[in-house]
Amino acid sequence: MFLINCPFCGEREQSEFKAGGEAHIERPKQPTELSDDEWAEFLFMRKNIKGVQYERWNHAHGCRKWFNIVRDTSDDQIKAVYKMGEKPPVK
Amino acid sequence: MKNNYSIFSLIKNAFSYHENWEKAWKDPEPKKEYEAIIVGGGGHGLATAYYLAKKHNMKNIAVVEKGWIGGGNTGRNTTIIRSNYLWDASAGLYDHALKIWEGLSQELNYNVMFSQRGVMNLAHNLQDVRDLKRRTHANRLNGIDAVYLNTEEVKKFCPIINTSQDIRYPVLGGTLQRRAGTARHDAVAWGYARGADEMGVDIIQNCEVKGIKRNGDTVEGIETTKGFIKAKKIGVVAAGHSSVIANMVGLKLPLESKPLQALVSEPVKPIIDTVVMSNAVHAYVSQSDKGELVIGAGTDDYISYSQKGSHDIVEGTLNAILELYPIFSRMRMLRQWGGIVDICPDASPIISKTSIKGLYFNCGWGTGGFKATPGSGDLFAHTIANDEPHKLNAAFNLNRFVSGDLVDEHGAAAVAH
Repeated sequence: MFLINCPFCGEREQSEFKAGGEAHIERPKQPTELSDDEWAEFLFMRKNIKGVQYERWNHAHGCRKWFNIVRDTSDDQIKAVYKMGEKPPVK
Repeated sequence: MKNNYSIFSLIKNAFSYHENWEKAWKDPEPKKEYEAIIVGGGGHGLATAYYLAKKHNMKNIAVVEKGWIGGGNTGRNTTIIRSNYLWDASAGLYDHALKIWEGLSQELNYNVMFSQRGVMNLAHNLQDVRDLKRRTHANRLNGIDAVYLNTEEVKKFCPIINTSQDIRYPVLGGTLQRRAGTARHDAVAWGYARGADEMGVDIIQNCEVKGIKRNGDTVEGIETTKGFIKAKKIGVVAAGHSSVIANMVGLKLPLESKPLQALVSEPVKPIIDTVVMSNAVHAYVSQSDKGELVIGAGTDDYISYSQKGSHDIVEGTLNAILELYPIFSRMRMLRQWGGIVDICPDASPIISKTSIKGLYFNCGWGTGGFKATPGSGDLFAHTIANDEPHKLNAAFNLNRFVSGDLVDEHGAAAVAH
């Protein structure tokens, strides 16, 4: 349980948000040319990092906008929040 | 040869004030090399080592555990055992485990307190009713005992359930698997540890894996906090930390690790003599032999390794518990805790070889691994010893995420994930 600083609404309780998993997984540009291995990689395989992770969140019970955060999954400390399309901050 | 536990050994040791019991397992330093190393000293890992030694004639085996054995999810779950899964592959896997549970205390000479008190799954809406009926039919076709109960029969089987049709999620019916039940989680780890130790398995605690050494596409051993240990076969059974180990060799797994919470109440007199699970409102409850209510909550939806969960998850579960069991309204909760569960996209486990020779993974058990402990150990041991899966775990390979042949138990598995 922690607080998330929504870039649009400010600091709110985590229960207002929906986690969207690992960020920066790019949708294939040419889906018809993908092999089964590449599909598996895109759809299922995850880094599932213990430590600093880039991830997507949605303020589901607030402004309903998507944004990214950088969070340490070993202690749930949030390092940075940035909007969709913005360049991710370097660790 | 270890002395058997019996009424006579109990009496004999009573005379020496229980101070001279022999150690259930040794605490050895690692040797330089083993035939096989199991990474992770939980129930599944210890069972794997036990069956490797017992059924596959391997004697030079080590189990390495970063903390103490049974200190992870083995000691944190709500101890429910059942095999009423929808799909054939899952039914085969979980019922294989249930059959071993039925004789496990005798086999291990260790009382795992397996209690076939039945598990009842409730339906709260018409779709639940259809799904649950479908599942009982599927179970029966697979030779698994299952009956569908209407509301009156649910009330008769567990009288404290509120079956009023005026509550938010009324009880419309339920399924019952009478062979299902609970077991004592710690005893399972300790029983397998004692059995494995007797056959010469080294159980090495406080030994964290720091890296996996490989030569090309073949494993050579593990780097640990107690130095390098050589082995040709390495079986990883690290639950929530499976991805951490996989990342050491550059493997990616289809897993997300999330906190799952449980809680127990203060102990009270016997009030609920079965296990009741509710998929739709996500509440499940049973009573331990000490008298505590054992309550399982849900997972958080974010990845975390913190072994803590969010308060709103517990709150939601307790809301549901109170609506279904108004009699618990003045119960006080004693403890709450979290464990890190590794969840697969299809909510089914992985017991599989990998692209690296000699490296095997047993993971992805998510929220329901405890029930499978003996079967999982048996099948993983078979997979490691023969370098080929057993027919019961063939469907649970890593390649299913490439082929698309998933075993989708999400929602079908009688509990929300």
